[in-house]
Amino acid sequence: MIRFHKVSKQYPTGTGAALQEITFHVGRGEFVFLTGHSGAGKSTVLKLMYAEERPSSGDVRVSGFAIPRLRRDEVPRLRRRLGIVFQDFRLLEDRTAGENVAYALEVTGARSDVIPARVARVLDQVGLSNKIDAFPRELSGGEQQRVAIARALVNDPQVLLADEPTGNLDERATRGVFQLLRDINDSGTVVVMATHDLDLVRDSGQRILELREGRLVFDSASDQGEAL
Amino acid sequence: MNLLWREALLSFKRTRTLSILSVTTIAFALFVTGLFGLVAINLRKAISDIEERVEVVAFVLRGTPTQTLAVAIEDITAFPEVLSVRYVSEDEALSRAREELVEFREAYDDLEINPLPPSIEIRLRPGFRDGPTAATIAERLNGFPFVEEVRYGRDWVEQLDRLRTIAGVIGLSIGMAFALVSIVIIGITIRITVLHRAREIGIMRLVGATDWFIRGPFLLEGAIKGFLGGTLAVLLSLLVFLGFRSQGMGLGVGLEFFSPLQILGFLAFGVLLGFGGSLVSVGRHLRKV
Repeated sequence: MIRFHKVSKQYPTGTGAALQEITFHVGRGEFVFLTGHSGAGKSTVLKLMYAEERPSSGDVRVSGFAIPRLRRDEVPRLRRRLGIVFQDFRLLEDRTAGENVAYALEVTGARSDVIPARVARVLDQVGLSNKIDAFPRELSGGEQQRVAIARALVNDPQVLLADEPTGNLDERATRGVFQLLRDINDSGTVVVMATHDLDLVRDSGQRILELREGRLVFDSASDQGEAL
Repeated sequence: MNLLWREALLSFKRTRTLSILSVTTIAFALFVTGLFGLVAINLRKAISDIEERVEVVAFVLRGTPTQTLAVAIEDITAFPEVLSVRYVSEDEALSRAREELVEFREAYDDLEINPLPPSIEIRLRPGFRDGPTAATIAERLNGFPFVEEVRYGRDWVEQLDRLRTIAGVIGLSIGMAFALVSIVIIGITIRITVLHRAREIGIMRLVGATDWFIRGPFLLEGAIKGFLGGTLAVLLSLLVFLGFRSQGMGLGVGLEFFSPLQILGFLAFGVLLGFGGSLVSVGRHLRKV
């Protein structure tokens, strides 16, 4: 589903390489944690996955799309197959929860008569059916992140990418969002979650990829040792 | 299509202050251009009123047979530059002189013989009322054996040519400068709108919106703002025009406002500015995200 082969990334303004010769593979149905300190390269790995950045060298494949050769006008097609969630939620502030989720469907050209039912279904899935008309500012952090997850889910993505999705949440909301991501993974969606919340990672029993200064230093699927 | 209108109107409503500011800016930029346009239109009209008086007069030898004159008049009428030809007999010339030159009326009354020769008066078609054309026609008329002298007021026709050139050059350069300034101001206003919504555009791209899906509402919004700004500018120009005409102390008499077609053109210019400005601003922004 996701394949990185000897991927290096150098930002034009950066001093060192953001990523150096990273190679890994994520198969169908997997849940993968991407860990490391800030600046280790977690966000860069995710950005390469949703084609926000292109690798300086090496190959990246996501859902059948070859990222290095992806044309600008093909990027929307890739992103419609992915769900993306961020630490800062990135909701459209002047739209309700329902409208935020509906927008992700509208951009795909979905028929307007099917949109309300699908929006209601995913908001129900994240436990927010009663907040469909609430604006982001009227919701708690955990609820806003659930709306963002609902938006990510509404197009039935093959892969859900989450960049520090619990970074702004308290302990209780963190557990709730994490459980939600596990449920989504149980239904067959690949989940890649970048986090530096080691407590969350340690107890989960999921696959772990650890980055340090742009290098992949540990992959729990292949390495025997425990780096954490 | 419904989605496009909904998004455009929604964004108009959401950024209400900024939208009103944009419309007002567009309106004032176009208003200034419009005022200048009005001045240009009326100046052109004044010049063309004067132009109508450009006339070539051929004085004819007395005793030229009517038959010869009739044939010549027919020939002259066939010149492509010529609008109309009129034969003025000696008697008509005299009675006209009595009418027009009141101071000399008595002198004319005392005359025993008529000193005024018969003439052929030639009016030129619009577009040919200039010095070189008048000179060419005069030369051709001199070729007729019965023509004694040709006059066309060389000096003032040439002055008129110069006035027309100066008015044209000044009009075009100031007009273009005003239009350019409007384009820049409108571009900046739209750019502020786009920057204000940069985060939103980023989110739209993240959820898989194509560039055109993002651009569409902005372009429509820009076009609507351009139309509203244009309408406001026309209304403001009309107010100024009516005010000027009512207090113009005679200056305002015969002043012209934009024709309906010109108003349409003006509105189309506003729409084009709003649309084009948005296209450039959003395009530039999209290339960055």
